[in-house]
Amino acid sequence: MAAVHDDHAHGHGHGHEHGHDDHAHGPPKGMMRWLTTTNHKDIGTMYLWFSFSMFIVGGLMAFGIRAELFQPGMQLMTPEFFNSLTTNHGLIMVFGAIMPAFVGFANWQVPMMIGAPDMAFARMNNWSFWLLPPAALLLVAAFFVPGGAGAGGWTFYPPLSVQMGMGMDMMIFAVHILGASSIMGSINIITTILNMRAPGMTLMKMPLFVWTWLITAYLLVLVMPVLAGTVTMLLTDRHFGTNFFNAAGGGDPIMFQHIFWFFGHPEVYIMILPAFGIVSEILPTFSRKPLFGYSSMVYATASIAILSCVVWAHHMFTVGMPVTAQLFFMYATMLIAVPTGVKVFNWTATMWQGSMSFETPMLFAIGFIFLFTIGGFSGVVCAVVPVDIQVQETYYVIAHFHYVLVSGSLFALFGGVYYWLPKWTGHMYDESLGKLHFWMSMVFFNVTFFVQHFLGLAGMPRRVPDYALQFADFNMISSIGAFGFGLSQLIFLAAVVKCIRGGKKAEAKPWEGATTLEWDLPSPAPYHSWVTPPVVK
Amino acid sequence: MSSKAAATLLGILAIALYSGLGMAAADPYQLNFTEPASAIASQIYDQHIMLLWICLAIFIGVFGVMLYSLLNHRKSLGYKAANFHHSTTVEIIWTVIPFIILIAMAYPATKTVIAMKDTSNPDITIKVTGYQWQWGYDYLVGEGAGISFISRSTTTLDQRNNKAPKDEFYMLRADKPLVVPIGKRVRVLVTANDVIHAWWVPAFGVKQDAIPGFIRDAWFQADKVGTFVGQCTELCGKDHGFMPIVVEVMEPAQYTQWVAEQKAQSAAAVVDVNKVFTLDELKAAGEKVYAGNCAACHQANGQGIPGTFVALDGSKVATGPKAEHINIVVNGGKAGSAMAAFKHLSDVEIAAVVTYERNAWSNMTGDVVQPSEINAFRK
Ligand code: HEM
Ligand SMILES: [Cu+2]
Repeated sequence: MAAVHDDHAHGHGHGHEHGHDDHAHGPPKGMMRWLTTTNHKDIGTMYLWFSFSMFIVGGLMAFGIRAELFQPGMQLMTPEFFNSLTTNHGLIMVFGAIMPAFVGFANWQVPMMIGAPDMAFARMNNWSFWLLPPAALLLVAAFFVPGGAGAGGWTFYPPLSVQMGMGMDMMIFAVHILGASSIMGSINIITTILNMRAPGMTLMKMPLFVWTWLITAYLLVLVMPVLAGTVTMLLTDRHFGTNFFNAAGGGDPIMFQHIFWFFGHPEVYIMILPAFGIVSEILPTFSRKPLFGYSSMVYATASIAILSCVVWAHHMFTVGMPVTAQLFFMYATMLIAVPTGVKVFNWTATMWQGSMSFETPMLFAIGFIFLFTIGGFSGVVCAVVPVDIQVQETYYVIAHFHYVLVSGSLFALFGGVYYWLPKWTGHMYDESLGKLHFWMSMVFFNVTFFVQHFLGLAGMPRRVPDYALQFADFNMISSIGAFGFGLSQLIFLAAVVKCIRGGKKAEAKPWEGATTLEWDLPSPAPYHSWVTPPVVK
Repeated sequence: MSSKAAATLLGILAIALYSGLGMAAADPYQLNFTEPASAIASQIYDQHIMLLWICLAIFIGVFGVMLYSLLNHRKSLGYKAANFHHSTTVEIIWTVIPFIILIAMAYPATKTVIAMKDTSNPDITIKVTGYQWQWGYDYLVGEGAGISFISRSTTTLDQRNNKAPKDEFYMLRADKPLVVPIGKRVRVLVTANDVIHAWWVPAFGVKQDAIPGFIRDAWFQADKVGTFVGQCTELCGKDHGFMPIVVEVMEPAQYTQWVAEQKAQSAAAVVDVNKVFTLDELKAAGEKVYAGNCAACHQANGQGIPGTFVALDGSKVATGPKAEHINIVVNGGKAGSAMAAFKHLSDVEIAAVVTYERNAWSNMTGDVVQPSEINAFRK
């Protein structure tokens, strides 16, 4: 890590800061604290709890999906309801669980890591959070309106999505609201990072987590309006007689896919770049060795972000594009593997000749590298057009993106939570619970998703409520894994709650190898931190 | 990560990936693509294997190093951390090498993509239409031109709902498969009637989205006789899972014979649009058309699915003026409605199904709709 800071100048200010907060600026009590708060830590906490509740909701939907797929034949639900479950599982996990969790991390960590007292737009920060619950309510309430929740896939493809009932409109409004929230959150993060860094912290001294979020925030500002635009077009096609996506009226259903994936592919990187950031914080700490290739990490992140804007049609290799387009999107997509590879190599080199210890955050970080790389491999397989023609819209793709999103983004989030919990709560989490959580997740994750590669290769389409008998065994294995994975997450909840309630008192810097600024603050971090900014050498 | 567990996991993954490659189709533990039955599919198969080997090599390289490090560079072993944090040479090397590997992957793929996209000089051209939830085939050019039929899944609702036994063809058979001769270039023009579907036959390496209002083409040339199966691969509504693609590949002589049979059958089936039928005749014929095309949504009992698909039993359309009823069946509901247009059905079929709907369940209109009325309506 390039950011080196001054321990002496600030090591003694803590006691003073703490007392000051409790008397003058302590939080109001009760519900009003949470409704009106402009404090980045409160808002970060709310983001994280919101995200966890959505994770549970989306997880219950996954339970439903895997229960129906436990055996061939329809046992538990109608195909329509099954489609609603897959659709909303995807939407809720992406927009409700993963994205808000990263924003929660940004809220907690960015100000503390760059030596800023709070986010730049504290009130807007409150508003970006409080937009989320109504959106979540819309998504969940859609299940109870006539016709049920949207069932056209999380990708909203028309004309199918035009056929749906009012559940689809609720989905569209929810996406509008979530999009607005993300845009505000990103503007806030960009402004904070660019303007509120402590004296001496140049851009190239910022912790990598901050860098990845800066780049992610730019991606968000670029693509969220595109998503909002295209779902609005969908809405007017549904209700106001426009024909953007209706061939009979001069429109084109494929245009929707182009616009959607122009958002959608950068979106998948929005969900992984901050994860790269978290892992790049954890690994050096527990290897007791600086991150290898800091600047190439920054450049790799930026090139991934830029490239991610020109690869969208790899989601559409079967729509029948001209040969030049097929080839362009194949080459561009394969190119992304280069900076992605650089990251993996850098992480490996960071561990090399370190002095490693294996606390829970480190376990999740290593699990992340191992499994994310497998997801990267299947990504390259998907990028090769002839092969993708076979695997598109099969379980192979499901396996691919769960390797990068669950064992990628989600594992990094878990690692990050264990890593920073001592700072957030002032207590050490229970290491054996954390390790149990990791190993259970690791095993059940692979049981669930590894076999899905085989299912996809052998020809099982995705988004089907039922399958040929040939696929029965692997589906049953996958379902068992899914139930196990879901239940393992209760261990996580237990570990977090236990840590909030009590536990061994955490030191200011509980990890001996940690170097970033937040570890100079006492644990738990005071309500207002870095009121006087630290000076970074 | 405990080192033993990591090593075991690595081993299991590697074995799982590589031990079962190339197993026969319909094997419950099939780990790889379906056995190819066309040159393109074989190329895809081989390229995928090549990709796997490359990935395995990189995997062993990277994780071998990491594993060594995990086992040896531990604080618990008293290992002291080094302090290096970059090396421009190494970083350039590991940027350039993946780049070269990718070119090696892209080269054969490019050739295959170009071959897949070249749909020129077909022997036979067939239009494929996706409907919610069945496939329509129209032979346009070449031997068999003029043949046209709908292909529906033979899986019954009882099988789906576990009230009847399932066999190995569960979900994978159609009443009338697409029939093509071996060794002939078949060009498919793929489109859809309502929403997007995708027409996929893994053994031929062909998958093409079926897009309403647009025609896209693809081609295949089967080099094995037999029955080949795929499934719809674009979410198309509730019965997306239940619209198999079944292709029967025959020797040319057999194919010629099949064409002759089809021609004879359709000649026999042609009816004079002016023929007048009785209510009972139409109702009986209509019930079959209803079961094949309408019951998926409106249900056999005419009750529909509340909130999603309207009931026809007692509905305003099915008991109101005939003209409106015929219109909605032929042209579909208003824009965006889930009610598709059924103009691909024949005059007799539409007349029969409209008559059936007006006289089934509690709809006792007594109306008879003759094919001639449909014929007149279409003009
Ligand atoms: C080496 C890097 C990667 C490559 C080359 C790659 C390539 C691809 C390709 C070609 C597809 C389309 C497959 C298809 O639909 O047939 C795809 C799908 C997908 N990828 Fe990746 N990918 C990579 C990394 C990632 C990462 C990091 C994420 C997210 C964290 C991600 C998330 C997804 C998702 C969500 C889908 C499926 C979307 C859907 O159809 O619902 N991928 N990827
Ligand atoms: Cu993508």
